Amino acid sequence: MTEQTSASSAEDVLLSVRGVEVHFPIRSGVLVERQVGAVKAVDGVDLDIPRGATVGLVGESGCGKSTLGRAILRLVEPTAGTVTFDGTDLGSLAGEELRRMRRQLQMVFQDPMASLDPRQNVQSVLSEPLRAHGVGGDHTARVRELLDLVGLPASAANRYPHEFSGGQRQRIGIARAIALEPQLIVADEPVSALDVSIQAQVVNLLEELQDRLGLTYLVIAHDLAVVRHIADVVAVMYLGGLVEQAPSDDLYATPLHPYTKALMSAVPIPDPAVEDTRQRILLQGDLPSPADPPPGCRFHTRCPFRQPTRCDDERPALRTVEGHPQAHRVACHWAEDIEAGRIQPAASAVIEPDPAPDPDPAATT
Amino acid sequence: MTTTEPLLDVRDLSVTFARKSGPTVHAVDGVSFTVRPGETVGLVGESGSGKSVTSLAVMGLLPRRGVRVGGQVLFDTDDLLTLPRDRMRDIRGRDIAMVFQDPMSSLNPVVPIGVQVTEVLERHQRLRGDKASAAAAELLSRVGIPDPTRRLKEYPHQLSGGMRQRALIAMALACQPRLLIADEPTTALDVTIQAQIIELLKELVQDTGAALVMITHDLGIVAGLCDTVHVMYSGRIVESAGRRELFAEPRHPYTGGLLASVPRLDAPRGAPLHPIPGSPTDVLRWERGCAFAPRCPNRLDACTDGPPPLETLPGRRLRCLNPLSETEEVPA
Amino acid sequence: MSLSEIEATTESEQLEQPAGNLRKEAWKRLRRDPVALVGFGLIAFFVLVAILAPLIAPYAPDAQPGRGMITPTNIPGPSADHWFGLDASGRDEFSRVVYGARQSLLVGVVATLIGMAGGLSLGVLAGAFGGKVDAVIMRIVDVMLSIPGLLMAIAIAALLGASLWSVMIAIAIINIPVFARLLRGQMLAQRGSDYVVAAVSIGVRRRPIVLGHILPNSISPVIVQATLTLATAIIEAAGLSFLGLGSADPRVPEWGRMLADTQRYLASAPHLAFFPGIAIVIAALGFTMLGERLREAIDPKYRR
Repeated sequence: MTEQTSASSAEDVLLSVRGVEVHFPIRSGVLVERQVGAVKAVDGVDLDIPRGATVGLVGESGCGKSTLGRAILRLVEPTAGTVTFDGTDLGSLAGEELRRMRRQLQMVFQDPMASLDPRQNVQSVLSEPLRAHGVGGDHTARVRELLDLVGLPASAANRYPHEFSGGQRQRIGIARAIALEPQLIVADEPVSALDVSIQAQVVNLLEELQDRLGLTYLVIAHDLAVVRHIADVVAVMYLGGLVEQAPSDDLYATPLHPYTKALMSAVPIPDPAVEDTRQRILLQGDLPSPADPPPGCRFHTRCPFRQPTRCDDERPALRTVEGHPQAHRVACHWAEDIEAGRIQPAASAVIEPDPAPDPDPAATT
Repeated sequence: MTTTEPLLDVRDLSVTFARKSGPTVHAVDGVSFTVRPGETVGLVGESGSGKSVTSLAVMGLLPRRGVRVGGQVLFDTDDLLTLPRDRMRDIRGRDIAMVFQDPMSSLNPVVPIGVQVTEVLERHQRLRGDKASAAAAELLSRVGIPDPTRRLKEYPHQLSGGMRQRALIAMALACQPRLLIADEPTTALDVTIQAQIIELLKELVQDTGAALVMITHDLGIVAGLCDTVHVMYSGRIVESAGRRELFAEPRHPYTGGLLASVPRLDAPRGAPLHPIPGSPTDVLRWERGCAFAPRCPNRLDACTDGPPPLETLPGRRLRCLNPLSETEEVPA
Repeated sequence: MSLSEIEATTESEQLEQPAGNLRKEAWKRLRRDPVALVGFGLIAFFVLVAILAPLIAPYAPDAQPGRGMITPTNIPGPSADHWFGLDASGRDEFSRVVYGARQSLLVGVVATLIGMAGGLSLGVLAGAFGGKVDAVIMRIVDVMLSIPGLLMAIAIAALLGASLWSVMIAIAIINIPVFARLLRGQMLAQRGSDYVVAAVSIGVRRRPIVLGHILPNSISPVIVQATLTLATAIIEAAGLSFLGLGSADPRVPEWGRMLADTQRYLASAPHLAFFPGIAIVIAALGFTMLGERLREAIDPKYRR
């Protein structure tokens, strides 16, 4: 794997991912199954999560971000690479050792209803991690404390998941994740299943808990605005690999990768004044199949800045770009030329602002 | 006032669901709005706001048993609610078409895309054979599906989510409808695909002059697309305005609260979010007062005395006794 | 889609209700369901008849009160003295049908319980471990399923010799694969669900995950299946007895056996076929009605 720059090793890194691959075999055959290929869900990812920080992992469905999150937690087995947590190689753990290590790494799920056993009441949900790790003491009191931490009344303990609203269920899921006072929480789309007005409550709760409990987060989301809000460092994933990684502010101020640019220009902003003046970069077509990713740069089949050389036969690695902080790294051969404007996007991909003619304001009768 | 007659005039629409156990549910209650030719109207709300039920009522797609629909839905001069079934079927698809959230369940999984598109053409435009196929291929290419003649032979599962939604839009457009109703058409799609679909809808509205009713929970989509926006809460419209007015000066505490709670991509980092407390399920029944009152930071005692009326202000309709002042940014 | 919105609007009302769980709700729905109630009534009726048989039946099952009145061409039908008529040996048909309820219910319940126990053990093993264990168990189950059920039951019962027990075991065995498959499918579906992943990520051990989460959430359809199996077991037991594989003891009347004995007199005494036949149909119907409605009450897919 590529040698890490000193910028990240100087920091106190809690979790370090090196060259992780998750390939799911595709089998075929009637009697004797043979492997005929592999879905390369995650295909060589390096990522550092500093202690106490929030790292955001964004990408669209099928890019492998959820699989990467689960591979970090050893909920799926990586087919290659290492995940080092606080100095321990998680891949070297098995059985009881791995089970005990899970105390330190917890997960918050996208669908709060599906992640709770419908037959378990909240008391049982929240005391289960305590039981599993032989935590002594008064579980009832601890459950009440947890409920209080996530803003639910103590009376919630005797209720069942279906009696709560979506936002309340997600609070229960978060309470379960913090029950063992873990160091790292992987939150996989923690707000995307919630109503708009509820999302901010959960985002604020996650931030508040981080301050109070000193948590480290990996927040996986497709919503750039949410990640922009919550994350210190953002990694952008496309088709199994990271294409750009940077401190949040740098990434949003100067996205260097064409995919990041397109992604950001696609996010609608609830402000007509902004919407009417934005230039959009539209991507052509769909995500290629991760079972048969394109050669060279994974993104070149849809890239509006594609060049005739290098893009289709040489896979770019994450690298720094002059004039940007060390921590801002991008996997594009032409990042400098694109930034300097020497390479322009294909005209067909650019939608210039075109404010729709405003009808008379009295249109509402 | 413009002189254009409204294409669709929804007057005092109400939908109640009778349930075997428990009280009846007023899913939609006294909703009125108009859609002019070529206009894009947004219905915005969260789950339980009644926005989808409104669209289904307009399309005559609600189940008949246990559902009572009241009010009027005037399309041209016909009241769609009292129209005989076969007349309604003719209007649906020919004059009014609908695009749903989940393209997979809206397409027949065992019939090739081409057959499904040509079917619509045959039914409403009386095209036959090669002519119908050629028209279908043209439609697919119109909505940005590459290699349309090959795609026509494929089944829905062979298409990606974005392509399926395009195919559905193609079917909706098959008869050049004058009104297109899109119910969360991009919610199941990725953001870059969403941008493609929104762009496509914009173009289509411009090119064909059709009116569009966009139903969504996403304020961002509304901000860039809709001329007029109606914000719904618990079955009623709480605020209506042109999009510029609405976003620049939200007056209803719910509208303002939504805007303040959504993280913005262009906001400075660390800008705090102001969530609306409670959840959309903590509602008061409208008969007893403002449904939003239990979550409202501007609540007055009078708010829970009875239902607040929908008042008409210049360029705006508002259902609130204690609205945000015109300069106030967001409720703290 | 519209319905989910309605659900959402009514959710707040649910919140005000006292805490309850899914089983309670299923039970509540079931209590209001007329079909389920009729099914339950029929079952309760047969259970009562079986228990109270000595009080209900006017004669012992092997008594021959009408011995003198019987000739092969004249078997008296229903009368005031003998409600269901007499059989070919001059026994009171009503008393025999009443006592027959004991055998049918016994065979049905015991055979279903054994079959369920066997099926559950295999299913839990396959569903909990997956992989090779699963593959081996499922191949065995496939082989069992590939042999027609009744044929296999006949073979097993014949092998074990004609007796009540061999009928029960034969029926139990042919039902094992049904339960095994059902449970395994349910468990595999649950295994991939988020709350199981959540339990793994918390660090819960395998056994509590299987027994505490996966199994309880997989068991409902098995209970439904058991109710339905009871119905078929009663019919299958009658079938095996009809073929002469059940108990030959004349003191223990059995509906299937009674039907078999009737064959020769069908033209002259149709009532001998009618009453046991109706008894089988009604008993099976009771379990089927309850089972079908139980499925609807428990299965979330039928809700709303």
